[in-house]
Amino acid sequence: MMVDLSAIAAAMPYLLNGLWFTVQITVVGVTGGIVFGSLLAVARLSRNRIVSSLATAYVNLMRSIPLILVIFWVFFLVPWAIGWMTHSGRPVAVGASLTIFVTFVLFEAAYYAEIVRAGFRSISPGQYAACEALGLSKFHAYIYILFPQAIRNVLPILLTQTIVLFQDTSLVYVISATDLLGAATKVAQRDGRLVEMYLTVGVIYFVICYAASQFVKQLQGRLAYGVR
Amino acid sequence: MIEISHVSKSYGAFQVLKDCCASVARGEVVVICGPSGSGKSTLIKTVNGLETIDSGEINVGGFRLAPDVANVAALRRSVGMVFQSFELFPHLTVLSNVTIAQTKVLKRSRAAAEEKARSLLARVGLSAHIAKYPAQLSGGQQQRVAIARALALDPEVMLFDEPTSALDPEMVNEVLDVMTGLARQGMTMVCVTHEMGFARSVANRVLFMDGGEIVETADAITFFDAPRSERAKTFLAKILKH
Repeated sequence: MMVDLSAIAAAMPYLLNGLWFTVQITVVGVTGGIVFGSLLAVARLSRNRIVSSLATAYVNLMRSIPLILVIFWVFFLVPWAIGWMTHSGRPVAVGASLTIFVTFVLFEAAYYAEIVRAGFRSISPGQYAACEALGLSKFHAYIYILFPQAIRNVLPILLTQTIVLFQDTSLVYVISATDLLGAATKVAQRDGRLVEMYLTVGVIYFVICYAASQFVKQLQGRLAYGVR
Repeated sequence: MIEISHVSKSYGAFQVLKDCCASVARGEVVVICGPSGSGKSTLIKTVNGLETIDSGEINVGGFRLAPDVANVAALRRSVGMVFQSFELFPHLTVLSNVTIAQTKVLKRSRAAAEEKARSLLARVGLSAHIAKYPAQLSGGQQQRVAIARALALDPEVMLFDEPTSALDPEMVNEVLDVMTGLARQGMTMVCVTHEMGFARSVANRVLFMDGGEIVETADAITFFDAPRSERAKTFLAKILKH
């Protein structure tokens, strides 16, 4: 079987369009996931039992079910839920993109929460005491002292998780979204170019992820305090 | 200035502080010494609420601390603390370490906070290092930054929790010199320390603790030359042997 390069060239604009959506999901997933995940991490470390067990339950639930199932849930059940809550009698359509953004934030937050929590735990208890002794409020202590150190301590793991997230975005093909893999699938089926398309997206995923992981490796060496 | 009355504290079945009573007058320098595990660090940390107490009461410059008092923010603003392990903020420069609490807690303007920080850092002899990060400094330099950081809030009392114990011997004196300077300027100070030379020459009084109790309180010269209790005699014999 011959690989037809012209078919790849012809499909490229469509694939790049798909890649753009993949990047959008990743950016939203990372940003929303780290923000929500950090709140979950702080909640899990809270001395308030109710707050910490709610956060713990959420994290454990999300980490115990496959991402693909969460995508289905949000896509198929949320329209019913909204329909039921608004008494409209039938499901209210939620756009595929919105479904996907919400799903990835909710799901990835659980993973980022655990990473950020590890970051907080890697800070010496003396730092907390120093914040208290200076009279810093909890809010100021977290924002200016603890969170920056926590993130810095786990930055390589955060970035590695982000690479995993980038790859996991391909699961959105199950609801026929046109991400990189979705675009490739559609062209492959329309033109009968399965080999060309799946090879091409494989190369694109590989190049991006490998470059990113090399960057993380480089960064690790430069993160030690005092080495600038 | 500080009034500690009948303070007790337990970790589970282990009683770390047993009915401790002590007072520190304004401008006085008090050294707390005693064998390790005697409750010195715990006692000094109760004074700014870093350790809670199970019973008793502490008054610091008009603020009352008791087992049922939860809000200690105002108290902490008037009490500076220096830790054994410095606890500078590693991600901030020396200058930012000294300004952060000024701008966030006292709401000083950035310019005013930096001016204050510069003058304090000059006072502890670190003007040349303000742009560096803590990891680029020696232990003695870091501890002097920590002293400047605590002084930046204009505390009425300074607490030192074994400030020289984590330092290499050649750096101990630079920190003690700064502390001596502070004492000479009339700062009220409570120091947990094993530096008996410092205690003898700078402290007004010595509190000797053992097993969670304040066993003996005496002016520094009397304590070193003529300790009354057997436990103090044994302790001094051990540490002054060489």
